[in-house]
Amino acid sequence: MAPADAADFLDALKRRLGADRVLTGAAPMAAYESDALTAFRARPRAVVLVDSAEEVVDIVRLCAAAEVPFLARGSGTSLSGGSLPVHDGVVIAMNRLNRILEVDPVRRTAVVEPGVVNLAVSEAAEPYGLYYSPDPSSQSVCTIGGNLAFNSGGAHCLKYGMTSNHVLGLEVVLPDGEVIELGGDSLEGVGPDLVGLFVGSEGLFGIATKITLRLLPKPETFFTLLAAYDSLAAAGEAVAAVVASGLLPGAMEIMDNLAIEAAEAAVGAGYPLDAEGLLIVELEGEEQQVAAESELLLEVVRQSKPYLEHIASDPDDRARIWKGRKSAFSAVGRLSPDYIVQDGVVPRSRLGEALTKIQHLGEEHGIRVANVFHAGDGNLHPLILFDGRVEGELERAEELAGEILRLCIDLGGSITGEHGVGMEKRQYLGEMFDDADLDAMRRIRMAIDPGELANRGKMFPDAEAPALLSHGPHPLEVAGVISRE
Amino acid sequence: MAGGPVTGVVHQPGSAAEVAEAVRGAELVVPRGGGTKPPLAVVDGAEVLDVSALSGITEYLPSEYTVTALAGTPLAEVEARLAAEGQYLPFDPLLVDAGSTVGGTVAAGANGPGRLRYGGLRDFLLAVAFVDGRGEIVRGGAKVVKNAAGFDLPKLMVGSLGRLGVLTECTFKVFPHPESCATVRVAGMAFDEALEAAGRVGSGAVELECLDLVHGLAGWDLEIRIGGRSFALDARLKRAADLLDTDVTTLSGDADATHWRSRREFGWAPPDASVLKLPLTPATAAVLEQVLADLDASHVARVYSAGVQQAFVAWPVERAADMPSLDRALAQSKLTALALRAPADASNQPILGYRTGGELLRRVEQALDPAGRFGRLG
Ligand SMILES: Cc1cc2nc3c(=O)[nH]c(=O)nc-3n(C[C@H](O)[C@H](O)[C@H](O)COP(=O)(O)OP(=O)(O)OC[C@H]3O[C@@H](n4cnc5c(N)ncnc54)[C@H](O)[C@@H]3O)c2cc1C
Repeated sequence: MAPADAADFLDALKRRLGADRVLTGAAPMAAYESDALTAFRARPRAVVLVDSAEEVVDIVRLCAAAEVPFLARGSGTSLSGGSLPVHDGVVIAMNRLNRILEVDPVRRTAVVEPGVVNLAVSEAAEPYGLYYSPDPSSQSVCTIGGNLAFNSGGAHCLKYGMTSNHVLGLEVVLPDGEVIELGGDSLEGVGPDLVGLFVGSEGLFGIATKITLRLLPKPETFFTLLAAYDSLAAAGEAVAAVVASGLLPGAMEIMDNLAIEAAEAAVGAGYPLDAEGLLIVELEGEEQQVAAESELLLEVVRQSKPYLEHIASDPDDRARIWKGRKSAFSAVGRLSPDYIVQDGVVPRSRLGEALTKIQHLGEEHGIRVANVFHAGDGNLHPLILFDGRVEGELERAEELAGEILRLCIDLGGSITGEHGVGMEKRQYLGEMFDDADLDAMRRIRMAIDPGELANRGKMFPDAEAPALLSHGPHPLEVAGVISRE
Repeated sequence: MAGGPVTGVVHQPGSAAEVAEAVRGAELVVPRGGGTKPPLAVVDGAEVLDVSALSGITEYLPSEYTVTALAGTPLAEVEARLAAEGQYLPFDPLLVDAGSTVGGTVAAGANGPGRLRYGGLRDFLLAVAFVDGRGEIVRGGAKVVKNAAGFDLPKLMVGSLGRLGVLTECTFKVFPHPESCATVRVAGMAFDEALEAAGRVGSGAVELECLDLVHGLAGWDLEIRIGGRSFALDARLKRAADLLDTDVTTLSGDADATHWRSRREFGWAPPDASVLKLPLTPATAAVLEQVLADLDASHVARVYSAGVQQAFVAWPVERAADMPSLDRALAQSKLTALALRAPADASNQPILGYRTGGELLRRVEQALDPAGRFGRLG
């Protein structure tokens, strides 16, 4: 864009929002230059702070007319670089669009703006005995808009599913500024499931401005069991046994010794520090049913011979157990100056095999890996610990991260269970899917957004460098588009 | 069979590659599975792609909660395999005894009363393979219970009605079947009373497998199905019944199973009636009642199913000519319907009433089927 046009474009943004809500220049925009994948940074052209859906629509239309790429940003907690700015594009900050428009106890729905924080939905539903089920560990900060873009999950997704299973209706601004309505307020629909297509599209299909969420009745009671094992494999076998028993717990999580150590140091959850594998299993539901199920669960878990078991005695005890698990990512920061949170999926029966291989890979690279995972659905979160100040460590850590993803593909799983492809995993999408599959996805993207304005450069493997490896600088770095620090 | 092809051309591909070849060679083509939902497999002038030869369970891993089957596989076969391992398809497919197939069920996007407990097809379809309108074989999703890589093409195919691609293989998430189930019924309530009672039980603590309101001769019957550990079942049934505060009858064992099987086979509808599915909520059920009353159709057989999240309406054959009025009335009331069963001479358009997402759908159709070989919904 010629400098004069660029100035006109900025003027147009300022005319629409007022100069105070259009940030430009290094200092004001610094906070927006990266997300929770902090190794990457990119400088946008401007950051705009929007207050209403109408403003989002107008900004998108201005961007479309000037062919300027844009992306929505929630709280910037993406771990895959999904909310990394598009170089020279516009960041549309959605946080101020944070009104809960309606909670309807009869329909059991909440209508929210996308900047609403995940936990705020459950808080608003609480007086009606309802809650919003998907519970990412970041739920006290991340937004529903971000959750929707990544189909985010959490510890309690085994029984009732991820974000996608809880989004019923949407109001969306397509990348050319056209506004459409998708779905409705029923759990059922007619015709192709376009809400389902939009959720998980990582911001590539435009911006959601209004979201109808499904609420669930709060479980009457919980039964939370902590079991400690001498080996990670034994904890994994316990999960397999629970699955085989026909029980359907609300959550089944495992942490390894390093993760336990970190969580203990951070929040003092009362985890046994000497355990090699710690299993958290939680039943939820109505009293009689949970009482009947808990007997079976105890029987099954005892057969797997944990050396220690602990049943949460009251809601505070339960909260403490979960606090340890949910703080694990950030807690690992105490063990290592830098770390990468990896996210992959393997078939549940191959968890043991995957963990052993990850351990070997870590040893080969001389890098420590802590493991926390949603064992019930085979979703691994290896935390790769490194020191970015040591020459070459970041590269080795990224190489290891890539090998773990390939392992997930080889075992018949996926390169992401909930954090999305974003910037980080683009080159692996092409390893998981065939050309024809990717081509179909690309055609859908191009039909919806021919100018590739919405979150340009994310998710799809780089056309110029299809066989990109994580060795050395990122191609976009070489091109001066992004930089890391 | 109802709704035969106008062209008379019927392909019977035996592999995904043969499906692709047939699609590439056709100008207009419509896939057909078990032929249990004729209005969805009728497009004027289209060749028919009968996928029933693409049949068989290709992978079943009980410990993974996943099952993969070719699109023409009868769901009865899938359900029998799962039952042998104590598992089931929680979305509760329709018309299974009638011969529904895997692909036809996904494309119709219709769920039975049991979808109340854990969710519908959209929540249980993990991966798909399909042939798009260019004759390319495309895969989406992954055969594991959790995955967020790439666009969610499996969800796009739910309810796609054969217009975005010909499904060749599907992977579902499955769950353990409740150890036992039983049903409590209250007969002959007024509509408002039944709706209110449904709300009370539905938001109570007892977790329900099914919650249906059935229009009977003497008013509305409320039916509540509960499943779980046998040991706790009686206490839970009593708890639900206490919420109803009136006389109930109980069905258990085979009687319970037969009752719900008949529901999803449309045993409650006159055999020659069209059957429509309408998404709605407890707050909009009264709107549909009003639409029917305005059309002088308050007598038609119908069920509000899955916690009043969907209605099934049997539109009488003698009122077939009034379908356009129904279409208009639904559109005005912001209600949508899908014709799952209809007379042979029904129109090409199985969707009635209010529509959303048109512009996005048009773009997706353009991407996957640029030449319009499957006809257009958008
Ligand atoms: C400590 C920590 C723990 C975490 N734990 C979990 C976890 O347990 N499970 C999990 O799944 N994730 C987890 N995450 C990852 C992250 O929190 C989620 O991906 C979250 O959904 C991102 O929300 P956000 O508001 O921060 O979105 P952002 O990072 O701001 O944006 C994410 C993506 O969403 C897009 N987007 C934002 N708003 C909209 C909109 N309105 N319309 C369309 N697109 C939009 C953006 O363009 C971007 O591509 C964790 C992250 C951290 C830092």
